[in-house]
Amino acid sequence: MANVPADLKYTQEHEWAKKEGERIRVGITAFAQDQLGDVVYVELPKVGALVSQRQPFGVVESVKAVSDLFAPLSGEVVEVNGALAKTPETVNQDPYGQGWMIVVQPKNPGEWDQLLTSAQYEALIAQGGH
Amino acid sequence: MRYLPNTEGDRRRMLDVIGAGSIEDLLARVPAKARLARPLDVGPALAETDLVRHLRELSAKNADADGYACFLGGGAYDHYVPSPINHLISRGEFFTAYTPYQPEASQGTLRSIYEYQTMIAELTGMDVANASIYDGASSLAEAALMARAVTGRGEIVLAAGVNPRYRQVAATYGAGSGLRLRQAPAPNGVLDVEAARTLCGDKTAALVVQSPNFYGCVEDVAGAAEIAHAAGALLIVVADPVNLGVLEAPGRLGADVVVGEGQGLGVPLSYGGPYLGVFAAKQEFVRRMPGRLVGATVDRDGHRGFVLTLQTREQHIRRDKATSNICTNVALCALMATIYLATLGKQGLVRVGELSAAKAHYAADRLTAIPGVSLRFEAPFFKEFALRLPKPPERAAARLARSKILAGVPLKSFDRTLGDCLLVAVTEKRTKAEIDQLAEALAVAVA
Repeated sequence: MANVPADLKYTQEHEWAKKEGERIRVGITAFAQDQLGDVVYVELPKVGALVSQRQPFGVVESVKAVSDLFAPLSGEVVEVNGALAKTPETVNQDPYGQGWMIVVQPKNPGEWDQLLTSAQYEALIAQGGH
Repeated sequence: MRYLPNTEGDRRRMLDVIGAGSIEDLLARVPAKARLARPLDVGPALAETDLVRHLRELSAKNADADGYACFLGGGAYDHYVPSPINHLISRGEFFTAYTPYQPEASQGTLRSIYEYQTMIAELTGMDVANASIYDGASSLAEAALMARAVTGRGEIVLAAGVNPRYRQVAATYGAGSGLRLRQAPAPNGVLDVEAARTLCGDKTAALVVQSPNFYGCVEDVAGAAEIAHAAGALLIVVADPVNLGVLEAPGRLGADVVVGEGQGLGVPLSYGGPYLGVFAAKQEFVRRMPGRLVGATVDRDGHRGFVLTLQTREQHIRRDKATSNICTNVALCALMATIYLATLGKQGLVRVGELSAAKAHYAADRLTAIPGVSLRFEAPFFKEFALRLPKPPERAAARLARSKILAGVPLKSFDRTLGDCLLVAVTEKRTKAEIDQLAEALAVAVA
């Protein structure tokens, strides 16, 4: 069973979201990185970019596939994990920690409640991830 | 190509299968007014000897650069094509209708493309070059789209000295996706630096300069780079790689992307194509580049090999989010360029540039000695220059063509303010005698 921390929220597209005060830290789940295989490239927005809930904010590329990254919430990007440009494998090694991708200042905090709970996300991936 | 006709028997059997009594029955539903009421006027079948004679007569009506002293330029140039090129590209391993890219079967093709990319990167002073795209115009348009993707900005500022045909293609490419093109004036033949500085701002994705530009004038590329970078924009330089044995590589002057027409590198004029779209960029933009890229790798036994690389940029993987719609290259033309550069070597390419520039300047001296004829612009030029004539350039050019001299390109159709100008290009192929004949014939034509 994949690692699904109970203190995070999730999207249907396998991103996780973590509340840090008003801000939301975003990455992809352990299940997602396992499905992708070795991550070789991550393309992220610049600080100051605006992202919209359920819209792509970046791209993750593995030896097997290229996937869009979807924003869990709408808002402004206030931090970007620049280290992933040189060490994309961190996404595989530590998806919930050093492998984080962006931090968003939410425009509409109510969107948080629309995200999946860890139990709902576990149920989703138990069905095969879709 | 052979044409294998159907026999009467073949036709009869096909008609029987679909239940038609005759070809006429088959066409009965086509309205009469849409049909030709008489047989096609194609004459009787010819024997092969007669047919070859007929086609020779037709092709003799063409004017080509072999039968004329060619001073035409404006984007395509009559540089010498060394004989090894045609011999080598005609080999069956290379001369195919479709480029085979699969590494298991195509190490030779892939390696030749890798060599091409390496030579183009060195010539332009860039980190990486792609396997080529269609022509100089499409290379510029793709560079404009790439600059937008990289910067997230929607405006491209083009110097007026950029080839007008390239500007049209860029406008066509960008029309559907809302790319906004703005023109920075060049009243004295080169970019008006202050105007460019005013036009470049926080919406500018890239500033584009061509050097030497469409009028032959050499631009201040380093100055343009300073303006572009101060606005947070990229500098795209349009360059003719055959000149880069002598002129400084744009990459050393601050270019972020170098594009251009590679026809001068051993590709014949061929009445306008196929040509060679050169595209090179800094390493940081490699994942945003259009087109195919060949990379060097090792196989499981450690032997060096070549493969298409970074294909996740391309349509067959990224679909609608691909960096470009182009997923091929002009492999045979790129091979011509590769053989051209390998044949000439460093010294040879420098010599081509030196001879072209020296002969162009000799031609300019001879031509401006004709009463009423002068250089249109004072800016330094390389192998091409705009001449102002006292008589309509179209008529003078038509008159010289009767003496087997293609004197140049009248500029009226490109720029109405230059209706009295003729664009004259001189390559290393032109002899002193040809240049002297041009001067004598033009003196008579404009007297």
